[in-house]
Amino acid sequence: MADLSVNICGVDFKNPIIPASGVFGYGREYEELFPLSKLGGIATKGTTITRRNGNPSPRIAETPSGMLNSVGLQNPGIDYFIETELPNLLTKDTVIIANIAGSTVEECVTIAEKIDKTDVHMIELNISCPNVKQGGAAFGTSCASAENITAEVRKATEKPLIVKLSPNVTSIADIAKAVESAGADSVSLINTLLGMRIDINTQRPILKNNVGGLSGSAVFPIAVRMVWQVANAVKIPVIGMGGVSSGKDAIELMMAGASAVQVGAAIFTDPFAPVKIIDEMNEWLDSKNIKSVREIIGSVKPW
Amino acid sequence: MKYTQGKYLILKKSAIARNIYSFEILCPEVADVATAGQFVHIRVEGFTLRRPVSICGIDKNKGTLRIVFEIRGEGTEMLSHLNEGCLIDMLAPLGHGFTLNQDFRKVILIGGGIGTPPMLPIAEFYGSKATVITGFRSADAVILQNDFKSTGAETVLCTDDGSLGIHGFVTQPFEEIINSEKIDAVYACGPMPMLKNISRKAIEKNIYCEISLEERMGCGIGACLVCACRTKKNDEEYFAHVCKEGPVFNAKEVIFNG
Repeated sequence: MADLSVNICGVDFKNPIIPASGVFGYGREYEELFPLSKLGGIATKGTTITRRNGNPSPRIAETPSGMLNSVGLQNPGIDYFIETELPNLLTKDTVIIANIAGSTVEECVTIAEKIDKTDVHMIELNISCPNVKQGGAAFGTSCASAENITAEVRKATEKPLIVKLSPNVTSIADIAKAVESAGADSVSLINTLLGMRIDINTQRPILKNNVGGLSGSAVFPIAVRMVWQVANAVKIPVIGMGGVSSGKDAIELMMAGASAVQVGAAIFTDPFAPVKIIDEMNEWLDSKNIKSVREIIGSVKPW
Repeated sequence: MKYTQGKYLILKKSAIARNIYSFEILCPEVADVATAGQFVHIRVEGFTLRRPVSICGIDKNKGTLRIVFEIRGEGTEMLSHLNEGCLIDMLAPLGHGFTLNQDFRKVILIGGGIGTPPMLPIAEFYGSKATVITGFRSADAVILQNDFKSTGAETVLCTDDGSLGIHGFVTQPFEEIINSEKIDAVYACGPMPMLKNISRKAIEKNIYCEISLEERMGCGIGACLVCACRTKKNDEEYFAHVCKEGPVFNAKEVIFNG
């Protein structure tokens, strides 16, 4: 039994596996299938200042080895999250990462101030949602705006601040450096890649939003590359995600430099994916006689 | 309302119309809790997203479910290649089903095309108290007529091209019945234009009406918020989710486009 625990920004995780924001809601539906305490942490559904209905349907489409989604940050708003969902989540013996998003810098600051007063363990600032017209990825695609929003939210909270980065940029390492210099404690990546599918019979895009975020196994090699580039560019811990669907994928992303791993689309295919990934990582580490998962973080030997 | 995920044995497979298949699946823990109107979420090898398929039969004694699905794309095509003796990976039973009431004396069930299968467990519940109106593109797409007859329900068959039964849509015999008899409830599943028409007419007549909706789906259990449909909640527009709050909705709550 290998030691799977990791520590990110002073927060202890019993293992490095975290369901990614958006796929897991607030955990209630998955708790019917397995105890949430098995998870290293949970990144909660992106919370905005007020309730959002999101984009019109269809919001999802199958793609080769992956999927597109355009949910558009549907959520009940920060007050509902804090009053109704958070108290329940905080009893689950797992790290709670509150994912937050806003149309403006001020909104993000207000949400962060509210969460700062709660017992949430970490904040994940989403500057990379490709599915909303205002804010979202717009904050995350230039160094200056990424740095600015990070600096403002940094002032609003003492909690460990993770900034979630967009892969839809020229140099994700430059964006990572910008948010690090603005006070981010960690970065998480990659959010989805902007994509599109068209039904050739109707000539209509499958998604009502026309475009959406690509995730799933198809994006995994991009995630590995970007995590590796970012881990080499910054000193703060990197949380990796993007198409992880097995224990071996998670090991690979950690070798590229991730200190923890989020799991998204794989949960749609197999709702038990996070739990299976934890077991598979443990088996692999045991088979290699590696005592702690921490030994493999950034252990890739590049040519 | 507990759901589980597992691999279950396909006991029987049959092709019941062009590109339409029926599976009988041995899954006692699912059959035990499944209700009319719920669905199963099926993993198809090689695909990221599961495919939701409505439940067409529940046999709690035998511990089996029946599902009927149409080949719509690559995923359902792959699903149709599974045979008797194969295992099928299901997350089930999911969703909020139909409200059935022993006290109702006369109900109408309406199925359009591949929306017909979820009507069968309702017909089994109501028996001769039900009139089942089903509509299909043409004779080669007609399914489940004998199954409905064996429940004791009265059946009315329509085809768009007149190749079998009444030439026309289900709305015509539906209107004739609601104009001539007292109906306690209407249950419907099928294409959106059909559901919109049925809902409007039922609401006009003040008849309780439940409709089962379809939407492209992610998790299937209410976490990812992908399968949104427009509804009214306390007079405010609310994006409900077909997988958890549905697939069955009170017709009064659904906002139809156009």
